[in-house]
Amino acid sequence: MSAYDLVVIGGGPAGLAAAVEAYDNGVESILIIERDRELGGILMQCIHNGFGLHHFKEELTGPAYAERFINMLKAKGIDYKIDTMVAEMTKDKRIKTMSATDGITWVQAKAIILAMGCRERTRGAISIPGSRPAGVFTAGTAQRYINMEGYMVGERVFILGSGDIGLIMARRMTLEGAKVLGVAEIMPHSNGLTRNIVQCLDDFEIPLYLSHTIVEIRGKDRLSGITIAQVDEKMQPIEGTEKVIECDTLLLSVGLIPENEISRALGVVIDPRTKGPLVNQYMETSLEGVFACGNVVHVHDLVDYVTEESIRAGRNAAAFIKGRQFKAVETYTMTAPGEGIGYIVPQEICEQSTDDTVTLLFRVKKTYKNARINVLGDGEKIKSIKKLHLAPSEMERVDLKLEKAYQQLTVEVEA
Amino acid sequence: MFDVTIIGAGVIGASVASYLSKYQLSVVVLERENDVACGTSKANTGLVHAGYDTHAGTVKAAMNVRGNQMYEAESERLKFPFRKIGSLVVALNDEEYEVVESLFENGKILGIEGLEILDGNAVKAMEPSITAEPVGALYAPSAGITEPWEVTMAYMEHAMDNGVALKLNYTVSQIQKTSDGFLINDEIETKLIVNCAGVHADDLYGMVTETPEFKIIPRRGQYYLLDKETEGFVNHTIFPTPTKMGKGIVVAPTIDGNILVGPDSEDLPQSMKEATETTRENLMALKENAAHMCGNIPFHLNITNFSGMRAEPDTGDFIIEMSKVDGFVNVAGIKSPGLSSAPAIAERVEGIVKQAFVSLMPNEDYVDTRRERIKFNHLDEAAQAALMRKDPRYGRIICRCEMITEGEIVDAIHRNCGGRTLNGIKRRVRPGAGRCQGGFCGPRVMEILSRELDLPLTAIVQEGKDAYILTKETKVEEEA
Amino acid sequence: MKQMICIVCPKGCHLTVTPSGDTFKVSGNECPRGEKYAIEEMTCPKRMVPSTVRIEGGLLHRLPVITDQPIEKKYIGDLMKALNGVTVKAPIQQGEIILENIFDTKVNIVASRSMM
Repeated sequence: MSAYDLVVIGGGPAGLAAAVEAYDNGVESILIIERDRELGGILMQCIHNGFGLHHFKEELTGPAYAERFINMLKAKGIDYKIDTMVAEMTKDKRIKTMSATDGITWVQAKAIILAMGCRERTRGAISIPGSRPAGVFTAGTAQRYINMEGYMVGERVFILGSGDIGLIMARRMTLEGAKVLGVAEIMPHSNGLTRNIVQCLDDFEIPLYLSHTIVEIRGKDRLSGITIAQVDEKMQPIEGTEKVIECDTLLLSVGLIPENEISRALGVVIDPRTKGPLVNQYMETSLEGVFACGNVVHVHDLVDYVTEESIRAGRNAAAFIKGRQFKAVETYTMTAPGEGIGYIVPQEICEQSTDDTVTLLFRVKKTYKNARINVLGDGEKIKSIKKLHLAPSEMERVDLKLEKAYQQLTVEVEA
Repeated sequence: MFDVTIIGAGVIGASVASYLSKYQLSVVVLERENDVACGTSKANTGLVHAGYDTHAGTVKAAMNVRGNQMYEAESERLKFPFRKIGSLVVALNDEEYEVVESLFENGKILGIEGLEILDGNAVKAMEPSITAEPVGALYAPSAGITEPWEVTMAYMEHAMDNGVALKLNYTVSQIQKTSDGFLINDEIETKLIVNCAGVHADDLYGMVTETPEFKIIPRRGQYYLLDKETEGFVNHTIFPTPTKMGKGIVVAPTIDGNILVGPDSEDLPQSMKEATETTRENLMALKENAAHMCGNIPFHLNITNFSGMRAEPDTGDFIIEMSKVDGFVNVAGIKSPGLSSAPAIAERVEGIVKQAFVSLMPNEDYVDTRRERIKFNHLDEAAQAALMRKDPRYGRIICRCEMITEGEIVDAIHRNCGGRTLNGIKRRVRPGAGRCQGGFCGPRVMEILSRELDLPLTAIVQEGKDAYILTKETKVEEEA
Repeated sequence: MKQMICIVCPKGCHLTVTPSGDTFKVSGNECPRGEKYAIEEMTCPKRMVPSTVRIEGGLLHRLPVITDQPIEKKYIGDLMKALNGVTVKAPIQQGEIILENIFDTKVNIVASRSMM
């Protein structure tokens, strides 16, 4: 069995940034385990620009963003294994890996960082009725076929979901010669960046159907068409608003879910709200010395935010390896989503000095205009921020210095 | 000239083919779809029923009871999964309790072993996920679960290992009676036809007689399949008390650790035999109805919906006989418990065929068993390591949700009755059957299929032969 | 007067553009890049264009590429056609110029990543 101070599960943006940061904090014995054939994760198929404005202060493509970290990793001589799957982890931090080249191996770690990212929600997750033909893809799968494998997935395309992946794919498919017939969004507003609406839809006169969903999928072998319909406030289709669209391809961009099967098997406590591990402000999970960062914890809007969170995980994992025990404290503060808040990360704050800043990341449940975000410590208002605009698609943050130890921190929206 | 032509490669056609492969007979199976198990056998509950609800004296009762008894040995011989987990028919009021009691009595007459009537508390203790207040339940320990398409593939592969031919994408559109048998589509000559055409059995029979004695009503049932994360939500198959429309909406574990909820029951017109789509109304109603029994089914963990068409005969019973047209054997109206009955039906058809051919010689090269399919994830570490040393492709995980290796996929492609489509591979080894539904592994499986079958990626299909996935390469210069 | 949304960065400022003599007056922008964008959008709109080209001998069969600066919208169609005719050979370094000064626009097409 080989041994490393730190084993990072996943070589996407989260794992790369965490490993590099841990190294810079004095931990040199690091192994990254990646299941794909190269490092970089999903960034490698996100060939559009728009990454890195916060972290690098310039605008990069996904592969270029990943490459910066891969180069740092290689310059530092950090070990990594590609085409390798983590089959099992134990509470005493032994990790079973499998690969065609090395067979089964066990690695002993002092600390683990979970950085497995997320997966796309599928047709089944939203139960779209109808037949089950070929031609229904998640947007990310289609993106991989087109950008990495070099194959088109269809000619007449409809897209469900106006998140950024859906919008980006509308442009990509159009530029590659497909006819994109429209994008439907069940919410009354788009979930994507406005600039993507402009440069991915408006530029090509692709209609955006807000408050619409797909009520039927048709076709025996290959998709032959769909029916869309307007929805009411309860997201239920309104009879009589059906519109038939003939298409051979449907892309689904209907959300992402943190990928936590191996974390669950390990016994890490999962927050049902985020579907990711419950973490403290050090990005440490319920298991001491097991950290987590990036989309495996909660789905982020921008890779820059993933990087920021992963740097925190890497730095703290390094501190843990050098002997700091984050959980050896007297008091904990729990965070609790109040009115209008979907989730908060971290879910738990370990007692700390009053100089330290705690960052709370959260999402609202619906859109608000001219609202306030209040933070309450055991019911007492300790911070209040005015917000012109709040939307579920945008992650919000509050930086706090805690003057005293509260039992519970509640974040709420005051409409 | 074939001795026997079996029309339809569902579980019935496949098991019949397997049983006939014991003899020196030239047998061909004709299937209109691109794979076996593409009709009713693909979309059902995967249950091996105990048989207590079939009426004594019917063909159905005889087949179900005998089939259930055969399953364990069949699963060992042909290496398909089968687990006796037991079933509960739950009565929620006194009226239903009377039905449950009558099922118990009926089961005793049929000689079904182990039947027991449980009181409400015992039912709740066995299955805490039942939120309704049961009066009692019939417990049938001999009820089991299996994987319907693997049963079908196992039988077909076994048949092919023993010399049976399979023609896929072959639609029978006409049959002529000849002096010594039949002529199918003006090209295939055969002495005997075994009609295993499922919901189309009446249409097929109609090609050889103007006065068919039965009609097949397509009865559609829709389902939810929940993520493996729900494993253990129930541990037995839970039925409500049956009605004349069938056994009712079941909440059942699958052999792979998912939870299955369904089917509802909807009789469709004859013209809608292909209408295997799911519908919004039915899926919503299904959810509501299932909640009467188990109020907390985690539907948010749904991974797919599907619907299946059952072949409901207007005669009410299975039809397994040499028809009035000499040489034309009907195996029709095999609705539920068809899967449970399959081995017994094959045995009965074997008898009919033996009678038709005066002296049948045994197939001297006949092998009784099927080579086991390696399930890498079920092996212990030493066995995994040994396998990977022998063939490193067993070290490459292709499907992360179900932990399926490249080695297993390659094996599934090259066996007899091998998988040649994305769904074919999914049904054989399960990549894509998990929670990501092929989002991650789809491109990898495509690549393997393309390499192993020496086909361009654009020729790989999802299911039917026109179910192409990729249209063309990007970055190809258009011809002027 | 024209309303538009700035696409220079993900912020998406809502801009108002009013003609003013030979040029335009822009408001609503949080940075100077917004003003430049708005005027350009009125006079000669430009876009960044990400795409791929064929690559031989690399880990993948396609290499992602992108314009090194926004290119006039009217060239996008021709650019896509031009890319269809390009095949490069691995290894390629990130930033390497794949097509130089395309259509005399001073815009280069560069590799988005390295590929061995």
